[in-house]
Parts: sequence; C-alpha cells; structure tokens
Amino acid sequence: MDPFLKIRGLKKHFGENRVLDGIDLDVAAASVTTIIGKSGIGKSVLLKCIANLLQADAGTVELDGKAISQSRRRANSDEGVTFSYMFQNNALFDSMTAFENVALPLREASQLGKAAIKERVDEMLAHLELSDSAARFPGELSGGMKKRVALGRALITKPQVVLFDEPTTGLDPERKFSVFEMIADYRERFGFTALLVSHDIPEVFEISDHVAWLDAGRIKFFGKPDELNADAQSALSGFLSKANYGRKKSPQHGVA
Amino acid sequence: MIRTLGCSALSVVFELGEITVFGLGAVRGFFLQKRRLSKLIVAIHEIGVRCFPIVATVGLFTGLVMGLQLYYTLVKFGAESALGTAVALSLIRELGPVLTALMVVGQAGSAMSSELGFQRNDEQIDALQTMSIDPLGYLVGPRLVATLICFPMLTAVFDLVGIFGGYLTGSLLLNVDAGVYWNRVFESVTWADVQGGFIKSLVFGLLTISICAYRGFNTHRKASSPGVRGVSESATRAVVWSSVSVLAADYLITSFLL
Repeated sequence: MDPFLKIRGLKKHFGENRVLDGIDLDVAAASVTTIIGKSGIGKSVLLKCIANLLQADAGTVELDGKAISQSRRRANSDEGVTFSYMFQNNALFDSMTAFENVALPLREASQLGKAAIKERVDEMLAHLELSDSAARFPGELSGGMKKRVALGRALITKPQVVLFDEPTTGLDPERKFSVFEMIADYRERFGFTALLVSHDIPEVFEISDHVAWLDAGRIKFFGKPDELNADAQSALSGFLSKANYGRKKSPQHGVA
Repeated sequence: MIRTLGCSALSVVFELGEITVFGLGAVRGFFLQKRRLSKLIVAIHEIGVRCFPIVATVGLFTGLVMGLQLYYTLVKFGAESALGTAVALSLIRELGPVLTALMVVGQAGSAMSSELGFQRNDEQIDALQTMSIDPLGYLVGPRLVATLICFPMLTAVFDLVGIFGGYLTGSLLLNVDAGVYWNRVFESVTWADVQGGFIKSLVFGLLTISICAYRGFNTHRKASSPGVRGVSESATRAVVWSSVSVLAADYLITSFLL
C-alpha cells in the first residue's frame, strides 16, 4: 500500500552547511511518526520543508500521491486543510484571546459563517478544557494552556497532516505526558497523520507508531519503537544511550 | 573602490526592487483578504489616530518657529506683510509633507518594524502561512492602504496647525496685522500647491511604510544578528532608510513639480 506522505530525495543546505542530504521517508495514513536526532541536526528544517515554510533545494513531497503544491490548493476548503503546524514556541498572537487564536484560521481562510465558527471553536476549547480561559490572552495563560491553545489552533481546520515541532519543550514531565496523551487522543478522534519532532526519549515512543532517526542529513533508521533495540547501528545506540533510553525505557518497551 | 561603489549601488537598486514587489504584493494581498474593513480601521487607528497628537504638536511648534524666523528676515526688507504667504507656502509645499512623514516614521514606522520583526522571530508569520493566510496581505496590506488615507490627512493637519502657529507668533506676538496675515495665506496658496503637497505625502507614506514593513518582515534575512538584536537593528535601519528616502524623494518630486 502506498504511503500517505511520501518524501523522496529532500535536500536543503544553508551556505556550506548541508542540513538535509537526500531524505527519504514514508509515513502511513493516520499514524504517528516521530523524528529523533541530535539538536541542530535538521529535524525542524525537515518539518518546515514539508510544510513549504522553507524551499527545499531538491526532492519531492507527495501527499496521497499528489505533489504538495497540488494538495495545497485544497487549503481553503471547509473540508479540512492539508497541513497544520504546531510550533515549538506555540507562535500564538499576543493581542488575541485564546478563542480568537483558535478561531483565526477559520475566520481568515474558510467560508464558514460566524455562528458556525463560534460553535466549532467552543467545541474545541471544551475538548481542550479551555472553555474558562477562552477570553484570556496568551500572556495570562500557563505554559501547558498555551500548548493546548496552539494544539486547538492546529486542529481546528481538521487537517490531514499535523506537524509537531517539539511540542513539549519547556513543560514539566506531567505536562509532557498530558500533551502526548492529547496528541494520541486527538489523532484517534480526528484521524490525522502526525509527524512529530521530539527529544523526549523514551516518553514519545509511547504514542509513536514509527520512529525515524535523522543523522548527517539522512534518515538512518526507520522502524517501530520496539525495533530500536534490535538495530545494530552503533551510532544510533550511542545516541539512544546518551538520551538515557536504556535506563528510562518505558514499560511498553520492556524495562531494562 | 569603483567595484565597491558599483556593488553598493546595485544592492540598493535590488533592494528598492524588492521593496516595490513587497509593497505591491501586500496591497494585492489585502484585497484578497476577508474582513478588510475591520483590518483597515485598526491600521488607520495605528497610523492615523495614534500619530495625530505628535503631528499636530510638531506642526504647531514648526509654525511658531517659522513665524519668528521669517518675520525677522522679512522685516529687514520691509516685507513683514508677506509673512502669511511665506509660512503657508513653506509648510504646504515642503515642510508639511516632509515633517509629517518623519513624525509618522518615528511613531508608527519604528513600532511596525519592531512588531513585524518580533512576529517573524516568534514564528507568528510562519504560523499564518501554515494556516493558509497570506502574511503580507494580513499584516502589511492594511497598513499600506491605511497610509493612502492617513498621510494626506495628517499632512493637512500639520499644514493647518502650522499656519495657525505662524499666526500666533506673527500676529499675536509680533503685531503683524491678523487680517493681512490670513488674507496673504488665502491669496497665495493655490490648488496646485495643495496638490503638490498631497502628492508628496502619498509618495512619502508609501515609501516609509513599505520600507519599515519590509525591514521588519524580513528581519530574519536582513538583520546581521538574530533575536532581539536583529529586531532592534531592523527597526533602526527602517527609521534611518525611511528618513533618507523621504528627503531624497522630496528633492526628486520638487524638481519635477517646479
């Protein structure tokens, strides 16, 4: 079966620095794929190239068999946009309330009426347990609440693919788990395909169907989280042991 | 030396081209936006209403000073009765549009550049793009269209308050006959003078707001350092280049109009 999101030969360099050097990646529909790798290795650059925020030097990104440029034409339909992106620092608009932030993509890029937008946003805020904070500005919200607002904004358009760029940065362990749970829960509820960049190893593996290890500009490992142990690559083992994978492994993956 | 000069000249021309494309893209993007009127009202408030007090204040003091300076110059030739003419024409043709533009750059232009720079660094501009919202049309377009409305109005305020300031020093302080002052103002100012002033104000408005918005919007590309320093550098350069461009454009337009 063809992958839902298919990336082939994606390259991106900044000056002399070749960040992505031919990325090949297949992502199945309605799955969660986590990209891991060292800081500054190009994980966020990869997400931005997929979302067309950065122009790749070479390579193709296909969604459901169509090049991204074609699939983006559907972006303004009410049936759901192609991509949503949840930024590392949330990228919320300070001058807008939580409600207005979540409603923004519907107000500006959909044909929905005022009443329909209000209904959908109220429903989303209720799901995210933010109904009481709808009228508050981002500056008045806690870190976890801001994440939820950002998640609400990313999901309100019913996207086919959601790209999460380190969604748990700056959160305490309890909040991290709740964000991961939220992603898993919403993936089941809305059926989107998630591509996630995270440093939270092994916690993120709990919700991941697949893990991709980015190193030296290429995907060096792609498989299920359980297969990470079986993989013989010494560099990956080194990376995982530095990430305390051996010691912190979750029960699902067999505690060492 | 010649090569360096040539490279600098080329980069200025290239940047001017980029700013023009940026401005046109923003105006085009604005007309493709939803809820245009509410965005335009916010932008008019930001550029027009917020700048009104400073423009009126500077206009008043400019008129007061001009009344003093021109009176003591004209009195040497026994021509103090021409004070109204001198103050009105200087303000309407030259000082009104130029000083108004410089005041708006200081008040709204620098703030706009910083705001857009911050939004760029905070990835809010990228976020708009991922939401299928044209960031240029959404963030910059309303401000450029508001400029077309606000700059001529602010210039008119500056001119009127300045002429009144000239009257205060000329007639109330230095005893030039009030009737003569106002009569000279009405006699000497023609529609062509007012039109010239408005043309200048429109050109200055589009130039300054485009440059300020361009600098802020492209902080990630144009600033030599990232983060807060980059934003402050963008704002500083925006103000400097806008001010220089106003004076350069003033010379060009004046030479065409005269």
